[in-house]
Amino acid sequence: MTVLVATTLNEALELLSAEPDAMVLAGGTDAMVEINMGHRRPEGVVAVGRIPELRTWSYNAESATLRIGAAVTYGELESDPFVRWVPALSQAARTVGSPQIRHAATLGGNVATCSPAGDGLPVLAALEATVHLVSLDGSRSIQFSDFMTGPKRTALWPGELIESVSLPVFSGWQGYAKVGVRNAMVISNAGACLVVDDVGGVRIALGSVGPTILRCAEAESFAVSVVDVQGGSVAESDAQEFGRLVASAAQPIDDHRSTAAYRRHAIEVLARRLLRRAFPNG
Amino acid sequence: MAESQHYVLHVNGMPHEVGDAWVGESLLYVLRERLGLTGSKGACEQGECGSCSVLIDGELICSCLVLAASATDQEIVTIEGIAPVGSPTDVQDAFVEFGAVQCGFCTPGLIMAAHALLERTPQPSETEIREELSGNICRCTGYGRIIEAVQRVAVSRTDQR
Repeated sequence: MTVLVATTLNEALELLSAEPDAMVLAGGTDAMVEINMGHRRPEGVVAVGRIPELRTWSYNAESATLRIGAAVTYGELESDPFVRWVPALSQAARTVGSPQIRHAATLGGNVATCSPAGDGLPVLAALEATVHLVSLDGSRSIQFSDFMTGPKRTALWPGELIESVSLPVFSGWQGYAKVGVRNAMVISNAGACLVVDDVGGVRIALGSVGPTILRCAEAESFAVSVVDVQGGSVAESDAQEFGRLVASAAQPIDDHRSTAAYRRHAIEVLARRLLRRAFPNG
Repeated sequence: MAESQHYVLHVNGMPHEVGDAWVGESLLYVLRERLGLTGSKGACEQGECGSCSVLIDGELICSCLVLAASATDQEIVTIEGIAPVGSPTDVQDAFVEFGAVQCGFCTPGLIMAAHALLERTPQPSETEIREELSGNICRCTGYGRIIEAVQRVAVSRTDQR
């Protein structure tokens, strides 16, 4: 085999079942870098980026759930209708690479690569997204937090494809913020998504400061105990304590992109800012 | 070793046969080395610099990040296809007029990006221009003249309506 540009999901799954070593190609923005740099020499490729089933999304009003096909691009996610339903995901999308990258890069590709620096991933973790997987043997759905098992490590089985991701649509505030060396075209040194859910919970998920995306249970319950949801306010001293709790939950490392100390500082600032943005009064 | 690839790409309105290709070749490589279309430039090969930007089915994309053999049945437009030789577009004219070209290496990618921007947003603010052109790196101009050139085209297109 060489390159199959799949036109149906079944065609891709059949090929992947017959050739488990084939490289799955979606937007190519990660895979082609590896190939161009000589880090990967594929024998065969299954291109899934133009499969119509993976290019769609749907909204279930009854359960207030959005299901986004794996090949929907970040360029699409930064605009309507996603910006109204999952604004944090649109904000994260807008920070990915450049317009050229976002026109190609897909949500499913971000999930499949599963880098701790993937900008979409803290949003999926904070929203407690479900990842829907499909193979010739059937389909299964798992929580994103169970899907990402380590840095660039996932629970994906051979012969399996990411079909879609489903997310709750909440009415409360949500946002994504990240720190990098500049505004555009930058991989995050620290990133965080804060979500106010529909039952009075405050959730925060961190990227680039641990082997996986981290949730901060202690900081989350502290936030719930100190914010005034009705008045939309939080005391500055409480926001600062929230930042400290988040920083203490981070597990950053030194690497070529940043230092552990800087990352811990940055995530504290981001967490404090996000909480203040969510509860701006007073 | 994977078997060689034979496929057809549709570039600038014409079918182009590609033969004896390696499975992992990027669209940028095929455009330049196999089809002789050297207007798209190769620098970073990882989507950071934007010099290789082309339009694929109307979307601005880095051709270095496209697997060439997966771009069959798509309409690819390169800088060579944006206008006939000797008849530059308004964007190209404005780049010359405003001194938005120095060494010229980033220019083909920036021209493609500017066309895509003005298609999508005919009246861009300066912030919108900066954000939309953020995927194209220029080491000479400092961007000021590039932004002025794009603003001029936006104004003159509006005046003509």
